[in-house]
Amino acid sequence: MSTVVLLLATGLGLGALYFLIASGLSLIFGLMDVLNFAHGAFLTVGGYAAWWASVHLPFAAGGGWGFLGAVAFGTAAGTAAAFLVELLAIRPLYGRHREQILVTVGLSLAVPALVQGIWGADPLTFPRPDIARGTVGVLGAAVPRDRLLLVAVAAAVLGGLLLFVRRTRYGLIVRAGVEDRAMVTALGIDVRKAFTLVFAIGGAAASLAGALGGLYFGVVTPTQGVSLLIFAFIVVVIGGTASITGCALASVAVAMIQQFANYYTVAGLGDIAVVAVLAAVLLTRQGGLTTRTAERVA
Amino acid sequence: MTEKPGAAAAAAEGGALPGEPLLRVRGLHVWIEGSHILQGVDLAVPASGVTALLGRNGVGKTTAVKAVLGLVPRTGEVLLEGRDITARPTHEITASGVGYVPEDRGVFNGLTVAENLRLAERPRGRPRYGLVHELFPELRKRAGQAAGTLSGGQQQMLAIGRALLNENRLLVVDEPTKGLAPRVVAEVADAVARAAAGVPVLLVEQNLALVRRVADEAVVLDAGRVVHTGPAAELLEDAERTRELLGVSRAHNAEEGEGR
Repeated sequence: MSTVVLLLATGLGLGALYFLIASGLSLIFGLMDVLNFAHGAFLTVGGYAAWWASVHLPFAAGGGWGFLGAVAFGTAAGTAAAFLVELLAIRPLYGRHREQILVTVGLSLAVPALVQGIWGADPLTFPRPDIARGTVGVLGAAVPRDRLLLVAVAAAVLGGLLLFVRRTRYGLIVRAGVEDRAMVTALGIDVRKAFTLVFAIGGAAASLAGALGGLYFGVVTPTQGVSLLIFAFIVVVIGGTASITGCALASVAVAMIQQFANYYTVAGLGDIAVVAVLAAVLLTRQGGLTTRTAERVA
Repeated sequence: MTEKPGAAAAAAEGGALPGEPLLRVRGLHVWIEGSHILQGVDLAVPASGVTALLGRNGVGKTTAVKAVLGLVPRTGEVLLEGRDITARPTHEITASGVGYVPEDRGVFNGLTVAENLRLAERPRGRPRYGLVHELFPELRKRAGQAAGTLSGGQQQMLAIGRALLNENRLLVVDEPTKGLAPRVVAEVADAVARAAAGVPVLLVEQNLALVRRVADEAVVLDAGRVVHTGPAAELLEDAERTRELLGVSRAHNAEEGEGR
């Protein structure tokens, strides 16, 4: 029993990370038709910026509020990076999908290389705040607190994203733009502003995942973003593009399958099981699990 | 409601003179995937009434209105109230006071009726919900319904209502009666006629009964060029000329309708 609870908690924590990455990917692809391979780079930026802040900035040092400062700094850095990438690299190539892929793949290689060049390839130990230390007893299992923290943050981001797409004017523009961008502009709306906003929001969520991923893994490494990105793409395909709830469900499903398969079968089989699920979804439901024609973003 | 943003803008920028057309298009060319769809279109939309853009299927009517709005890449000159808007992006052209009802209606299926209308609200505009709901009471009744679940006629009403929500200088309406049941056609025709009383309309339409009813001027396209310009009534009275230009007898028209 306690093993199952522990696997569930770890799966939820990993699912939370996947969700933070995949939600932005999914919105960006749904609205802008951009397959953003650079999304993992935002995660790397978030993780390293948070680590750097915890070492160099007084307000971000220490275990308690300092951790919050470090995460906020990492998220801000990743958000700024996403904003600049959209403005300088994506916008000039709007509608040119091949070039966009080249640019984002290039960034996904360049950013980890840059980070490695500055701070080396060795994993850097991530500061652990008091709140994420130790374990909590849940149904007889000792669940690490950082998992619960991750789940709480991801749930808050999920709620925030749903409020954004359902209740705000820009959310309305995003939902409409996913269906028919040209018509949105024909209503007199500058859809590029929504592009930049969505890109920045996606970058914020990914860099938050980078900062919190440091907690989950205990360290930050240059390639963390890239390896998580692969599973985030799988989540997007399974969850359906531009579907926030679909993304959340698929994140949890993918992470759970991975955790349980890795534990109960051979380690490594979890990843293969996820790919098998992906294949099954692609063969049976082309739009992903939750996508309906009449309601794509929600 | 008496304020005319168009007139004010024109006065401020020394735009259209009295008697000048509201919209003037000169030498409009459009190439799409290597084919030369519009080959130098010149046309003018007067500052009042309905100007019908006519022609057989595939002569470039929809491309022409899209080119005016900047929705397809084009060369040439598009002047709105004397001001050159050719280089402007679509959203600036429409936000400056052009309402657009596209051929395929362009309603957002996943959004509710109310959300479709809300999306069309302009930041500094005063949305005319009173007018829209008076014209189409159905839209108020179905405010919470997803637009994708509406019937074709209801979707068309939503598309027209959305364009009428703002006070515009020009309304561009592309085949509003296409694929609609006859009863609905009448309702849509009423709405277009009613709208035309307040704002000049550029109307693409195949339904000649509707053209006869609402259009003042007619511009006929053929193979990407304007082949006739003149009062709509005059053209339609001349059955021989109508058949020659539009290729329609009743039977032919019906056949074409099915072909799409």
